Amino acid sequence: MPVMSYIQAVTTALREEMQRDKKVFILGEDVGKKGGVFRATDGLYETFGEARVLDTPLAESAIAGVGIGAAMYGMRPVAEMQFADFIMPAVNQIISEAAKMRYRSNNDWSVPMTIRAPYGGGVHGALYHSQSVEAIFANQPGLKIVMPSTPYDVKGLLKAAIRDNDPVLFFEHKRAYRLLKGEVPEDDYVLPIGKADVKREGEDITVITYGLCVHFALQAAEKLAEDGINAHILDLRTIYPLDQEAIIEAAKKTGKVLLITEDNKEGSIIGEVAAIIAEHCLFDLDAPINRLAGPDVPSMPYAPTMEKYFMMNPDKVEKAMRDLAEY
Amino acid sequence: MATEKITMPQLGESVTEGTISTWLIKVGDQVNKYDPIAEVMTDKVNAEVPSSFTGVVKELTANEGDTVAVGELICYIDTEGVASSNEASENKSTEAEPSKSTEVDESMKKRYSPAVLRLAQENDIELDQVTGSGRGGRITRKDIEKIIASGEIPKATTTAENKETIQRSSSKSVETPNEKFVATQAGDLEIPVKGVRKVIADNMVKSKQEIPHAWMTVEVDVSELVKYRNAVKDSFKKEEGFSLTYFAFFVKAVAQGLKEYPQLNSMWAGDKIIQKKDIHLSIAVAKENELFVPVIKHADEKTIKAIARDIYELAMKARNGKLTAADMQGGTFTVNNTGSFGSISSMGVINHPQAAILQVESIVKRPVIINDMFAARDMVNLSLSLDHRILDGLVCGRFLSRVKEILENMNEHTTNLY
Repeated sequence: MPVMSYIQAVTTALREEMQRDKKVFILGEDVGKKGGVFRATDGLYETFGEARVLDTPLAESAIAGVGIGAAMYGMRPVAEMQFADFIMPAVNQIISEAAKMRYRSNNDWSVPMTIRAPYGGGVHGALYHSQSVEAIFANQPGLKIVMPSTPYDVKGLLKAAIRDNDPVLFFEHKRAYRLLKGEVPEDDYVLPIGKADVKREGEDITVITYGLCVHFALQAAEKLAEDGINAHILDLRTIYPLDQEAIIEAAKKTGKVLLITEDNKEGSIIGEVAAIIAEHCLFDLDAPINRLAGPDVPSMPYAPTMEKYFMMNPDKVEKAMRDLAEY
Repeated sequence: MATEKITMPQLGESVTEGTISTWLIKVGDQVNKYDPIAEVMTDKVNAEVPSSFTGVVKELTANEGDTVAVGELICYIDTEGVASSNEASENKSTEAEPSKSTEVDESMKKRYSPAVLRLAQENDIELDQVTGSGRGGRITRKDIEKIIASGEIPKATTTAENKETIQRSSSKSVETPNEKFVATQAGDLEIPVKGVRKVIADNMVKSKQEIPHAWMTVEVDVSELVKYRNAVKDSFKKEEGFSLTYFAFFVKAVAQGLKEYPQLNSMWAGDKIIQKKDIHLSIAVAKENELFVPVIKHADEKTIKAIARDIYELAMKARNGKLTAADMQGGTFTVNNTGSFGSISSMGVINHPQAAILQVESIVKRPVIINDMFAARDMVNLSLSLDHRILDGLVCGRFLSRVKEILENMNEHTTNLY
């Protein structure tokens, strides 16, 4: 089985879907000739041509709007926001139009569009290249939000997103692009959207997280295992709508739950996860539900020391996990 | 001489590892701070790694061609001069350790999580006997799960050691482990202790355990009062629509007595005694399995009729479950109509935090000696329970004598109903 990086899994999924279905096309800033600023669409322009890999103007509302229109006409657009931070001008298109189209038209119209966007910090990207924006979209029924943590999940979930008949936001952690490598099968597999995945079995504490933080939690779990502490790690994978069943099962398993996100703490998606656990697992809980998250500060600072303070890392995760285990 | 570590530096954004292409030094070499020591290759850049220290290369921990994660060790350098900061801090931390571990923190021993409580109840585990492995001695869910898996479930037994825990904990709540030994047999009815019953139980335990009770009873001749009341009760009922009970007269007399002996109208407040100005009399009203103590406000300012009306209305409210919290608040002294059950002598439990409670017993016709002759008189016992922290026998005796005097002098000439 080939080993590839997270970003290679993105490119592979895009290439395979474009080969499989002629209706799939890509649009975004610098996605064509340049192959994307992170090189996620590297080589696709050469293979599929300018009609299927569109370089757009710097107008995110137009990227989303064109995608919605094309999707309503039966195409399967994959729009790229160069950075998740830049999605803001397109929010009206995404929330008011894409998310509501099927409901509003009584099933006559739908928007089978995927919007990819690199999110997250830890790459010295500062304010406008480090944000986590998922919480903005995570109470909009009609949208799905996928945030994979491994190359294997990237390929399977991106394919699922492209084939989904409704709009899917697909957030990729930019630091994971070259940091994470893993085995990815060559065959054409699809992973279910809306299903969380147990990334590690354990009996002492439960960690529920998503995206790059899954990786940090796994690293910390290995260190804790040396001291006889076994962490159970649930990767949400889809953060909207949440896989309630899996969350409840994981929380009940140990009764000690740590929720992790890189996003600002207040109003983040893990608050919703905490609410689900509080509603369903009171008599299985053995500790207060813990949240480890970014500070409530407007954005990731540029100064390395400040960025380090803001950004999640394995040490912070390990400390929080150890603390909960000892409770 | 101290040994310092050199680690793989961060060589640009999104770079997480580097491959050492060439070592520019070898073991034993003298290096100065900022001298290049290795060439490193990443998928983005090639760069030289500078030394962070001046000293002699001690050991290279990575070979040429090795890929090393950012922050991982690549070599050791022996530096001259002061001991390294690392070592110093290590020493400090070892010194601090022992003093920490001598005290065993048990602050969380009695804090039970929902999961622990549920498992303990389901498996009948006596939590007092479980040792917790959590922080502050907390019993964790895992501790309980281990006990269940082991099959050795600690249950309450009547050993001397246990009795001690019972005594200690019994002051906190009615649910002492003691009661758990009372076994239910076939045919027995189990009545859960909750709601009003639970409140009564908790209040009584608090009163009995906290207040040093003392008791005192006087006998009162109420023949005149009985005559008076019997003469007017029918017309009163007809006119007012509610009964004129003896109890109204007793309440009136007690209110008057309290006005003259305000010591009995007091509250215990730990480091002080609060003598209340207002006289609000709590009266006990029973309703099947429940007991309420609604309050007649400003009883000393009310006529017997007004008191009779209050008693009637509060009793009706109690029976219909309409008493509000306001109806039951503010009592400063309790009068308990135990006579209504036929009791002729009882020892009341003081209504915490009041100073005393007066039991008004049954009026019974009895032979009494007056002027060396037998006479048939209507007699009643008034039994006072007093908080001995606040009150002594002398003042209570005087109070009872005064109430007795008032009652014995109640008749159609001295006492106005309106």
